[in-house]
Amino acid sequence: MLNEFLILMKSELVLCCIIFLLLFIKVGTDMTNERLVPLVQVLLLVNVVASFIFNQEGTLFGGLFTTNALMAFQKSILSIGIYLISLLFADWLKKSEHMPEFFILMLSAVLGMFFMISSGSLLMFFLALELSTIPVAAMANFDLEKKLSSEAAMKMILSSAFSSGILLFGISLIYGATGTINFAEIPALLDGSPLQILAFVFLFTAFAFKLSIVPFHLWTADVYEGSPVAVTSFLSVISKGSIAFILLTTLYKVFAPMQEIWYNMVMLLSVITMIVGNLFALRQQNIKRFLAFSSIAQVGFILVGLSSNSPHGTASVVYFILIYIFSNLAAFGVAGAISQQTGKERIDDFKGLYQTNPFISWVLALALFSLAGIPPTAGFFGKLFLITAGASKGNYFFITVAALNLIVSLYYYLRIIRAVFMDKNDQPIEKIILLPATKLGMLICGAGIILTGLLSWVYDYITSLTM
Amino acid sequence: MNLPVLILLPLLTAVVILLMRNATQVKWAALAGAAAQFVLAFALLFAFRSERAAGNEAQMLFELQYNWFPAWHISFHLGVDGISVAMILLTSFVVIAGVLVSWNVEKMTKEFYFLLILLSLGAYGFFMSLDLFILFFFLEIAVIPKYLLIGIWGSGKKEYAANKLALMLMGGSALVLVGLLGAYFGSPTKTFDLMTLSQLNIPVSVQHICFPLLFVGFGVFTALFPFHTWVPDGHSSAPTAGSMFLAGISMKLGGYGCLRVATYIMPDGAKEYANIIIVLSAIAILYGAFATMMQKDLKYINAYSSVSHCGFVLLGIGMLTKTAMTGAVMQMVSHGLMTALFFAVIGMIYERTHTRQVNEMGGLLKVMPFITTVLFIVGLCSLGLPGLSGFVAEMTVFMGSWQNTDAFHRIATIAACMSIVVTAVYILRAIGQTAMGPLKAGYENLTDATWNEKAAAIILIAGIVAIGVAPFWLNDLVSPATEIIMKKLAAVTAGM
Repeated sequence: MLNEFLILMKSELVLCCIIFLLLFIKVGTDMTNERLVPLVQVLLLVNVVASFIFNQEGTLFGGLFTTNALMAFQKSILSIGIYLISLLFADWLKKSEHMPEFFILMLSAVLGMFFMISSGSLLMFFLALELSTIPVAAMANFDLEKKLSSEAAMKMILSSAFSSGILLFGISLIYGATGTINFAEIPALLDGSPLQILAFVFLFTAFAFKLSIVPFHLWTADVYEGSPVAVTSFLSVISKGSIAFILLTTLYKVFAPMQEIWYNMVMLLSVITMIVGNLFALRQQNIKRFLAFSSIAQVGFILVGLSSNSPHGTASVVYFILIYIFSNLAAFGVAGAISQQTGKERIDDFKGLYQTNPFISWVLALALFSLAGIPPTAGFFGKLFLITAGASKGNYFFITVAALNLIVSLYYYLRIIRAVFMDKNDQPIEKIILLPATKLGMLICGAGIILTGLLSWVYDYITSLTM
Repeated sequence: MNLPVLILLPLLTAVVILLMRNATQVKWAALAGAAAQFVLAFALLFAFRSERAAGNEAQMLFELQYNWFPAWHISFHLGVDGISVAMILLTSFVVIAGVLVSWNVEKMTKEFYFLLILLSLGAYGFFMSLDLFILFFFLEIAVIPKYLLIGIWGSGKKEYAANKLALMLMGGSALVLVGLLGAYFGSPTKTFDLMTLSQLNIPVSVQHICFPLLFVGFGVFTALFPFHTWVPDGHSSAPTAGSMFLAGISMKLGGYGCLRVATYIMPDGAKEYANIIIVLSAIAILYGAFATMMQKDLKYINAYSSVSHCGFVLLGIGMLTKTAMTGAVMQMVSHGLMTALFFAVIGMIYERTHTRQVNEMGGLLKVMPFITTVLFIVGLCSLGLPGLSGFVAEMTVFMGSWQNTDAFHRIATIAACMSIVVTAVYILRAIGQTAMGPLKAGYENLTDATWNEKAAAIILIAGIVAIGVAPFWLNDLVSPATEIIMKKLAAVTAGM
């Protein structure tokens, strides 16, 4: 029993150890940030490596906790994400007064996400979701002297509380309608009665809040703008990714019998989300707000793949999120480095960036082309597979809308490329000095953006996990 | 002949360019790479001919297939037939000429050549791929280089033109993508493989939806009316080599796609919509020609005349006869060489006079005889003088079109023929004003072409004359391949 416990909950335990270690260091020693940040980076790297090995399948605590190879891989993706965040924002972290707390909060949130991915019942799922949300609200407030940051935290906590309430209501309705909260038992008891549909709508609304699916996206832009860049990137990449993973389980496994109903819902929301996200992104001036709206549009694309309800759908969504982590983190990494050293966050400030900073310009260009889905970047493959998975239902209207949205999104990504490479500026951003860790993070992102696409075995591996 | 070499070579060249330290090294590396491509393209031509002479009648030669994303039945499937070989040859001509012409680029030389070589990689891959997914991959790979080449090194309203071009081409690709997915999910076996798809009969209902998507999508690339509006802006704002690549290669991707993908795998759709294609391309031919008459800027003149000339490609495809289709491919090759040369010459003139306005020039023949002679040659080729490639290609299209005996096709053919007269008017007027007459003040000290410009011009002229004087080798190369497409179309008629 103990052995089983140790092995199956390995990823969670490693995270717990790191959290406690940081807590002890914070309380018991007076290590400076200068030495502590590299230590944390190494620990997180260990966490990434550990997440790939000794993965077994099994359930614990009477079905509350389950794990399998796919879930382990999803956890690995999130681990890679937090490792990259620790690299990319090293400069900001070193200057932050409360660096260990930042990591303690972030890792607690990730721990919540791990439990969420592995949850086997609605109760566990709810607890894990709360664990993954509340620390993030505290993180959003991390620029302590900035008003916007507090405002972001407030908005975040209010909208989270609201969505948690809706989620709980949905869960209670499910329990009322089926008499169980176990993922394994629910599908057999679903018959599509109005009460169950209502329960599903509430449940899905809560997901929609977290994923910022239109029309539940209104909190996103303000929170993204107000939070420190590192937190924004965490919110838009790791947090979104984990919710998308659990949405896969919920839709494909738990609510599989009701797929006729949720297909239309997902399709409709996907179309609205893509269109609204894209249209709002067109006019943004602040790079963080811009990335917020572009990430809303990306979620719309994730829903395209999600709608297919097949192993292909799972594989394409997981694959896309892996790519999305590399691409979006690279973009945020560049935005963060610039905002940290110059305080500039407007797109107009990026004009002429290539003249002074060719390296980060190319990283930014790669990231944006990947987000726009232009080959040879991995984003092309990710988007294409999402669309192909979505097309398997034969709904060409849906696919055409998605394909046309690719053009709109290209337009606003090109806006930044144009500012960076073509527009002239008398006072371009001065030479940004990157820490070696940040540079390493950007290189990893760049390599990820190019290689995850061209090396087809990444996708093959994910497919083999979903079969 | 190992086909991936043609993809790896540009890739290797691009990497080497990145490693070079100064502009001179970059230029020579790019030239060496382009020359190697040129040699390889000829090696491919000879290998192909000797295989065929040895009696190898397979539809595609040098086929090669690796699994790539097996979950979606995608494979890295390469192979060439006569059409592909012709297009690869064209690409290698334009690439080497483009590299030579841009010898004087001083702004960010390394990036410039890197993007230029990347563009050629996309074109080679596109012409060789037998899997629709990788075909699409290579089609889109060129978006970044095109956008950056125009936006950074262009002139005039370059940002506007770059945006318009990238978005319109992306729109075209989006339509292609939906069409491809339609073919994938509509066919009995889920596959992206072109050869397999061509053997299967895709349901007629699917073809009627997907053919227009594919044809219009590829058509955007090749200036199908009314989606030609990116052509004038894009071409005139691009740097010289960029215009050469855009008009010489990039527009041909569309024509090749219309023929190889849309018409070949969806013959029912082609039959259904042939008349619409003919009407649209006849409009493009005439409209392009008349619009050119009103232009004063040399680059706009060539850009609008490209719309007109590419109309012949689509007209040839829409006529659905073997001769017309062969003519369409020959027109692609001929127009590619011709327009690349035209843009090269315009670039040479502009570099010296710093204007492209026809009425500001005059008597240039006196100071730069070589450049103006090239201008004469390319102008005459454009208006279809026998002995040069334009005549051969357009004549073949007309002959093929005339084989359709009904009034509709005849009228369309006659209308298209009339454009030749208009072409003669604008070409002769433009050349006359530029080259003849008294030399305008301030132009006395202009110099003639340098060695690299001469080399570029001579290479392209050699291609044009080779097709013009001895068209049979191109015809023999292409017509077996078009015959296969025609057989597929004939099978549809028989089955009806």
